[in-house]
Amino acid sequence: MFWLKKNLPKLVLTPSLGILSWFVYGFIFWTIYISFTKSKMLPRYELWGIDQYIRLWKMPRWHVAVENLLIFTVLFIILCIAIGILLSILLDQKIRAEGFLRTIYLYPMALSFIVTGTAWKWVLNPTLGIEKFAHDMGFETFKFDWLVTPEMSIYTIVIAGVWQSSGFIMAIFLAGLRSVDDEIIKAAKIDGAGIFSIYSKIILPMMRPVFMSAIVILVHLSIKSYDLIIALTSGGPGISSDMPAVFMTTMAFHRSEVGLASASAIMMFLTVSAIVVPYLYSELKREDAR
Amino acid sequence: MQDKETLKLNKLEADSKRKNTIYRWILYFILAVFVIYYLTPLYVMIVTSFKTMPEIRQGNLFSLPSSLKFDAWKQAWDGTGYKGGDVFLKPYFWNSIKLVVPAVVISTLLGAINGYALTKWRFKGDSYVFLLFLFGTFIPYQAILLPMARTLGVLGISNSINGLILVHVVYGICFTTLFCRNYYVSISDEMVRAARIDGAGFFKIFFKIILPISIPIIVVTVIWQFTQVWNDFLFGATFSFGESAPIQVALNNLVLTGTAVKRYNVDMAAAIITGIPTLIVYILAGNYFIKGLTAGSVKG
Repeated sequence: MFWLKKNLPKLVLTPSLGILSWFVYGFIFWTIYISFTKSKMLPRYELWGIDQYIRLWKMPRWHVAVENLLIFTVLFIILCIAIGILLSILLDQKIRAEGFLRTIYLYPMALSFIVTGTAWKWVLNPTLGIEKFAHDMGFETFKFDWLVTPEMSIYTIVIAGVWQSSGFIMAIFLAGLRSVDDEIIKAAKIDGAGIFSIYSKIILPMMRPVFMSAIVILVHLSIKSYDLIIALTSGGPGISSDMPAVFMTTMAFHRSEVGLASASAIMMFLTVSAIVVPYLYSELKREDAR
Repeated sequence: MQDKETLKLNKLEADSKRKNTIYRWILYFILAVFVIYYLTPLYVMIVTSFKTMPEIRQGNLFSLPSSLKFDAWKQAWDGTGYKGGDVFLKPYFWNSIKLVVPAVVISTLLGAINGYALTKWRFKGDSYVFLLFLFGTFIPYQAILLPMARTLGVLGISNSINGLILVHVVYGICFTTLFCRNYYVSISDEMVRAARIDGAGFFKIFFKIILPISIPIIVVTVIWQFTQVWNDFLFGATFSFGESAPIQVALNNLVLTGTAVKRYNVDMAAAIITGIPTLIVYILAGNYFIKGLTAGSVKG
């Protein structure tokens, strides 16, 4: 009875820990193991070495996916952070109707990527969308067919992604700005610093942790991005807007390439880990120091 | 002399005031431009959903519908006015509700009790246990899709709502535990300590002391989980098809498989219907929504 009382907290955690170690960590190890086998439609358990990874990196389609991921990630991060910083600084100037504006800037975050993709697919429609509007306005030669142009399709995903997520980056920067001591700004103003240099030289450098979180969130979002691509371009035209997450599910569930799909999933997992582990480490150290 | 000085000062003040007004105008102008940017797709969705197809072809994205017609909405919801075989949302909307309610309740309860056990009943190694949960919030789900599909098959719940409930609870508890743990860590241990001295046990303290003061974090957690589960597509598309699919999968199918003639008005009505539940939550409880977003991503 005493033993039960003493260990009750651990007992309460046990089911969740069991779930975690089976469904999260166990599954990851299973996927790692399978990525070293010759599995096709069904998993096979004889080891085959790193051949799946060699195959993966020899595949042109995988290179398209990785290249797209890089393009998307870089643009997605730059645009979201630029818009996020701009809007958060503007909203921090004691704006009337701040709450109302914030609500509008953030609402896309409440919509799913499928809804976002569906909406933008219509707005960017090559015949009836923006292009038709420009024609009606008198710009007869205006052409906007990125959705069906292989070289440009990846940028339509950037447009929709930035629309969906930039308001959120605004929110975390605004929270960061609000935690800056007002005295610092006052002191700088007395010293004659302009509002512009106050932000660029004093406040933004103080927000390094916010930048770090924003980048980690955005990279994480872009590596996982799957729904938006499916809804907007389905990875097309052809495979021109393919990304690793789409590649993985295609190989796993349509091409019966379980081993190869596992290898690509592990590549994604390693990339996320390479970014998240140092981040968590520094965050936890910060927490310990507090 | 004195007068000159005041005059100069006055002029300076007027100058800076004028400059300030100009700045304010520029500021509001930029803010307004972004309002247009964020609202345009929503506006386009709404006007398109009320147009007829001929209207859509004749007008442009931004033109207003000639009258309020709900035909597209009816078609998107239950297929009214269209021949059979087409996807419509009604059954899948209910699927999602049947999925969301248990998934949110179970994962939130588990998260609250886990967070409580991790912070108020500390034991050796508890921070490592927390780390396991924390890292779980980051894993790309592609790394667990294949074994999950097999496990659901073995359990006999693949392609069912129950299977999806399991999946969302399993991967949701990492987030719910994180939220609650971070909340409980910030509240004082005094009351818990006093109650323990009085001989109150683990569950008594949880239900009598902790739960009543947990309302804010429970709201945040419920909203977060609701949005996650409602908006999920990856799990829905991977682990279910046909009749047991959740709403996001149905929306995607509706848009992709519409009949030979594209029905953009129906697509847009369907997209709005799919987005309405999460939008309502966001509008009613915006602050809690944002708290969840920031808590879910800015850890520690």
